[in-house]
Amino acid sequence: MARVILQVPATAVRGSVIELRALIQHPMETGFRPGSSGEVLPRDIIRRFACAWDGEEVFSAELHPAIAANPYLAFTTIATESGTLTFTWKGDNGFAQTETRRITVTP
Amino acid sequence: MRAAVLAALLLAAMPAAGAEERRSGFADMSAATQAMQADDAANPGMLWVLDGEGRWSRKAGRTERSCADCHGEAAASMRGVAARYPAIDAERGEAVDLAGRIALCQTRHQEATPAPRESEASLALTAFVAHQSRGLPIAPPDDPRIALLQAEGAALYRMRRGQLNLSCAQCHDDNAGRRLAGSVIPQGHPTGYPLYRLEWQGLGSLQRRLRGCTTGVRAESFAPGSHDAIALEAYLMSRAAGMPVETPAVRP
Repeated sequence: MARVILQVPATAVRGSVIELRALIQHPMETGFRPGSSGEVLPRDIIRRFACAWDGEEVFSAELHPAIAANPYLAFTTIATESGTLTFTWKGDNGFAQTETRRITVTP
Repeated sequence: MRAAVLAALLLAAMPAAGAEERRSGFADMSAATQAMQADDAANPGMLWVLDGEGRWSRKAGRTERSCADCHGEAAASMRGVAARYPAIDAERGEAVDLAGRIALCQTRHQEATPAPRESEASLALTAFVAHQSRGLPIAPPDDPRIALLQAEGAALYRMRRGQLNLSCAQCHDDNAGRRLAGSVIPQGHPTGYPLYRLEWQGLGSLQRRLRGCTTGVRAESFAPGSHDAIALEAYLMSRAAGMPVETPAVRP
């Protein structure tokens, strides 16, 4: 399991814009770099990140080899209903990670 | 006459390196990199701190004890510890750095095989312990043996080395603030180790940073944990005394 730092507000006012931030530990090996033996290291990157609010996707991103190690993504969404935010990262070599956070939306 | 006045003005305008205006490498970074360090949710070094926090309470070794079993809450027991290392290990009577101290603790009290220096495990635990001193001023111990070590370190700092025949002082005292190629030469205060370097795309130790410099001047690197490496670290810490600990810092 990769380590993750998520910043999600615990509460939000309905209709307000909230910022969500996600940082995950991952080497993001590009697939272009030679290793110490001279052989090109195989690519090992996160390909896709998505955030769903109660199952409905509110944000997604495709990641490519030029993205730095330990990718950090900050994005905004509109607070709708109290529920669960699900963050998923999927990548090479079967990498998959899911994190969830509760958020309470007040009228 | 005018030339002499101009020369005097120029001399007055030149920053006196080291003594008067000490700058952390933080001050020379771009606003974006500074923001990255300042925000714990964006600082990738915090991933290692988080890892270290897990290791702090994980039981290990033949005695099946965790760090927390002896030291309790790190926030209280480890506060200010990193700010005074390298320090003298009472049993051996010689100086150790923080990573070495942790390894000794693992050997003696957990009866475990300590994680090798600069392994992810060692870096994570060191970062977690050092993080407990964030914001506190660096305060080298008042010990004659440490003073001796600092003097040795100061000599190493001023010793020309490598094929380029350069000493640390020639860049980091005499030319600090100027540029080496595109990068600002920092004053070389080790305030934030272990730190996350964008160039490394990972967390690294002071020893690794020193290796970068020594190979840069094409000299033989200090062996990590060796007497010379710890002496140099002791000198650098005395040079940075009073500056706040930043662990985990971010550097370009």
